[in-house]
Amino acid sequence: MKKVFKRILILFLIFSETKNLFAQGVDLLKLVEEDKPKKTYVDYAFKSPRVINSHSIEMVKPGVLDFRVLHRFGNINKGLYEFFGLDQATIRLGLDYGISRNLTLGVGRSSYKKEIDSYLKFRVIHQAKGPYSIPFSVLVVAGSTINMLRANDPNRKNYYTSRLAYYYQLLIGSKITEGFSLQFSPTVVHRNLVPTANDPHDLYAAGVGARIKLSKRTSFNVDYYYVVNQNPTLNLQNPLSIGFDIETGGHVFQFHVTNALGMNERAFLTETANKWSKGDIQIGFNISRAFQIKKKRKS
Amino acid sequence: MKKPFLILPVLLIASIIAAGQDKYFTKTGKIFFKCTQTSSIEKIEAVNNSATCVLDTKTGNMQFAVLMKGFEFERALMEEHFNENYVESVKFPRSEFRGQVINNNEINYSKDGSYSIKVKGTLTIHGVTKDVETDGILQVKQGKLFTNAIFNIKLSDYKISIPSVVSDKISNTVNISVDCTLESLNK
Repeated sequence: MKKVFKRILILFLIFSETKNLFAQGVDLLKLVEEDKPKKTYVDYAFKSPRVINSHSIEMVKPGVLDFRVLHRFGNINKGLYEFFGLDQATIRLGLDYGISRNLTLGVGRSSYKKEIDSYLKFRVIHQAKGPYSIPFSVLVVAGSTINMLRANDPNRKNYYTSRLAYYYQLLIGSKITEGFSLQFSPTVVHRNLVPTANDPHDLYAAGVGARIKLSKRTSFNVDYYYVVNQNPTLNLQNPLSIGFDIETGGHVFQFHVTNALGMNERAFLTETANKWSKGDIQIGFNISRAFQIKKKRKS
Repeated sequence: MKKPFLILPVLLIASIIAAGQDKYFTKTGKIFFKCTQTSSIEKIEAVNNSATCVLDTKTGNMQFAVLMKGFEFERALMEEHFNENYVESVKFPRSEFRGQVINNNEINYSKDGSYSIKVKGTLTIHGVTKDVETDGILQVKQGKLFTNAIFNIKLSDYKISIPSVVSDKISNTVNISVDCTLESLNK
């Protein structure tokens, strides 16, 4: 019997020792944490709500007012006399506001044709990881533009509606990896008044936008549209913009070269006449400054 | 001779049950952090309300885990920069503390009262693990443990660099405060 008790005692001592050892390295968190991962939305596919000219799959965050100043200079191939185009500039001033997580409203005014544009952007599907994951985001954009130039054709009765154009866009995109985002944007632009009978009222275009992250605060962006039914007599071009996003604290700077002079969808899709192959391209830069209008609830 | 083999599993089960009752936890721990530069008017601070903490009162082992994406800032842009540029929350989604209450034997967890505690362990943020040590307060009240601790860490220790353009706004020293109400794990 003594032998048995001795053995029990030894076993007990060994066991209590191992228990203590076990306790040192034990993962206490495992006891309470659930194994199943939570659904998390994929954000920050692009640094700003625009790739360069076109809408990106990124939204303005709720309560944030994004003040955007867009510049397009003159043609680079004009040489030193025009300071490579920097002597001329057209601008668009814009305000974009995040109404909710999935809804953005924006207005802007371009110096080119004194055009005012506005849009609503709605996110239907938000890319997510984890359970119920979706590998891409889907957004719809509906916008309109108003040409505010004084009517200068005395031979025609000028209707207010003649100044209007509309555009509708479907954005399908994905932040494929941390460093690479890609989006497609089938677009239709409707113009109430077209210059000639050769110009279609409804213009169809297919856009591609991409971002390659170069570092935490810089990225390389490409923004291109293939316009399907452009007026064949005008020798119009497909808009292509290539540039860099540089982020500094509260600003995002977008430096790029583009053949599109227009800074709203109607203008850059229907009026891009400059040719990349001839060097008819412009330097442009966008500045985006975000203001938090409505403070996030802090508990 | 058969008896020891019968006693062994009994002891094993008993000790596991006993171990369970000594543990306290929360999933809604609050972690605040501030890294506002002293001269700056722009407040850089955030809160996370879903930190997980487990304390084993028998051994004094204490562990925390927090998801970096859960930190909420007043400004959405700060939150974006925090996640994208500083802590890189996609690469390093979780921060952890693993350590011990080193004066655990001075605390009577079965008696209501306030105790000052010393906690020592390792803190992992941004993929970097460093030793930290802090004093805190633990209150035992009606079977719950209320814990508070404030400590400072240096961002540069965790390979989080601050660009010079914002160095007048973001301080390299981060003030972290922890506020948890722990409940018994086995009720």
